[in-house]
Amino acid sequence: MADAETTPMVEARSLSKSYGQTRALTDLSFKISRGEVVGFLGPNGAGKTTTMKILTGFLRPSAGKALVGGIDVAEDPLATRARIGYLPESAPLYNDMMVLDFLEYASDLRGVPREGRREKLKAICQRCGLLEVLGKDIGHLSKGFRQRVGLAQAIVHDPDLIILDEPTSGLDPNQIVEIRELIKDLGREKTVILSTHILPEVQATCGRIIIVADGKLVADDTPDKLAERESGTVIRVVVKSRASTPPDVEAVRKLFEATPGVRSVNPADGEGGSTLGFRVLTAGQDDPREALFSTAVSNQLVLLDLHREHISLEDTFRRLTRGEGGAHA
Amino acid sequence: MPKVLAIARREIKSYFDSPIAYIVVTAFLLVAGWMFFSALFLMERADLRGLFHPSPFSPSMLLVILAPAVTMRLVSEERKSGTFELLTTMPVTDWQVVLGKFLAGFALIATALGLTLAYAFTVSGIGDLDWGPVVSGYLGTLLFSATLLAIGLLCSTLTDNQIVAFIVGFIVCAALYFVYWLQFFLPSSIAPLVEFISTSSHLENMARGVVDSRDVLYYLSLTGGALFLAERALSRQHA
Repeated sequence: MADAETTPMVEARSLSKSYGQTRALTDLSFKISRGEVVGFLGPNGAGKTTTMKILTGFLRPSAGKALVGGIDVAEDPLATRARIGYLPESAPLYNDMMVLDFLEYASDLRGVPREGRREKLKAICQRCGLLEVLGKDIGHLSKGFRQRVGLAQAIVHDPDLIILDEPTSGLDPNQIVEIRELIKDLGREKTVILSTHILPEVQATCGRIIIVADGKLVADDTPDKLAERESGTVIRVVVKSRASTPPDVEAVRKLFEATPGVRSVNPADGEGGSTLGFRVLTAGQDDPREALFSTAVSNQLVLLDLHREHISLEDTFRRLTRGEGGAHA
Repeated sequence: MPKVLAIARREIKSYFDSPIAYIVVTAFLLVAGWMFFSALFLMERADLRGLFHPSPFSPSMLLVILAPAVTMRLVSEERKSGTFELLTTMPVTDWQVVLGKFLAGFALIATALGLTLAYAFTVSGIGDLDWGPVVSGYLGTLLFSATLLAIGLLCSTLTDNQIVAFIVGFIVCAALYFVYWLQFFLPSSIAPLVEFISTSSHLENMARGVVDSRDVLYYLSLTGGALFLAERALSRQHA
């Protein structure tokens, strides 16, 4: 094993996985260094959960290798599992156990030594906000608390790597914020991989995003860089026809697309009535707003709105996942 | 080993937190008590043959029902609720899971059986009890139970439906138990084979006070074989 500092915490080497005829993962490769907080993003069924199950050793890949801390998961599953804290999707926990009993059980199975364990557990419960529910049955807890118990069991053994599958799904907005804060807090000292299909989540918590679609890696970058990758800016345009007949969307779209400095135009929501909305993607750094204004005026269109928008991660995500997905569906 | 015990402890606690443990222990004590007292008062025999002697109405026949009932949830429930993924991604081997769960079921049945020692001490207080057959009877019943539990556990690893696990486990255990009485209707060429396969013929030997290594080996190998298959079944789920 190479030097611990330089060995990536996680390495996927062309992972593939098929369930019968269905291909869940195709040749997926990535590396994650120590201390990174990585968001695994993709539409449902893209292969996020499958990837996590392979990393944790629950599933074996059909081809390729998964390494955790430089150790092959398939070769020494016990060694790699000992370094991982994993919370599967929808936090499956023993409903008939009390919170404290369950955390003791998790500590036993994760090999936490008995001496000094009480203090450690107490600190973890405090961190996860569990002190008030220690004596309750897990089955009686709210979803938010369940999720926190799930997080607590994943960190009882002070793991190097924490893997969380959809840690905030099914929670209410307040609970989501709490869990996110907790994950951020954990991310300060540990390597964290979390999966989600909620975009603001990765933007809020992760330093790096890996986007998968259809079992393939389609992007791997920081949230800012991913947003920047779409060069140019988006201009939102809303127009209304001066004529009494409602304007033809396609005709107007073509008009705008022919305007200099415009790369492409997509119809978007208008503002109701006979208004039409568009998202205009610019070519290069030119600002085509003046030209768009002229085009509108010379074509008897009233301009209701004309402003620049930042390209959001959502745009990138949609383009990447839909484009790729469509080509292979 | 500490991990095996941790798993076993959790399961045992789960048994006693639910009605299962109490139903199993009570049912066993009732049937065992009835067999015991009927032998004691009706036949005025100071022995525990009735406790161990296999027959269609006997404590061992009850075990054929109770053992799969005890084991049916052990793996099926975890697979259904998803905790199976949590458990098997912890640093534990499939063997530790299988042994821990097996031990929990065994501890419960052994508890029920252990409580019948009260009958043995009652008899030894009244009359002259020959402890030889009693000890071998207990040993035989424990081995017999271990076999049933291992088969039941194997069935539980094969499905996420507890009812299916119970029914299949019961059918297998009952077939192995009752095939013994079938031998009287079979041609003499295969009768010894059937007798060898049956769990009750070996129990019969031990209830008589004969501890033969062949009987002990029979139970141990059947138990080991079923546990081995259960471990294989668990590890196959990672495929």
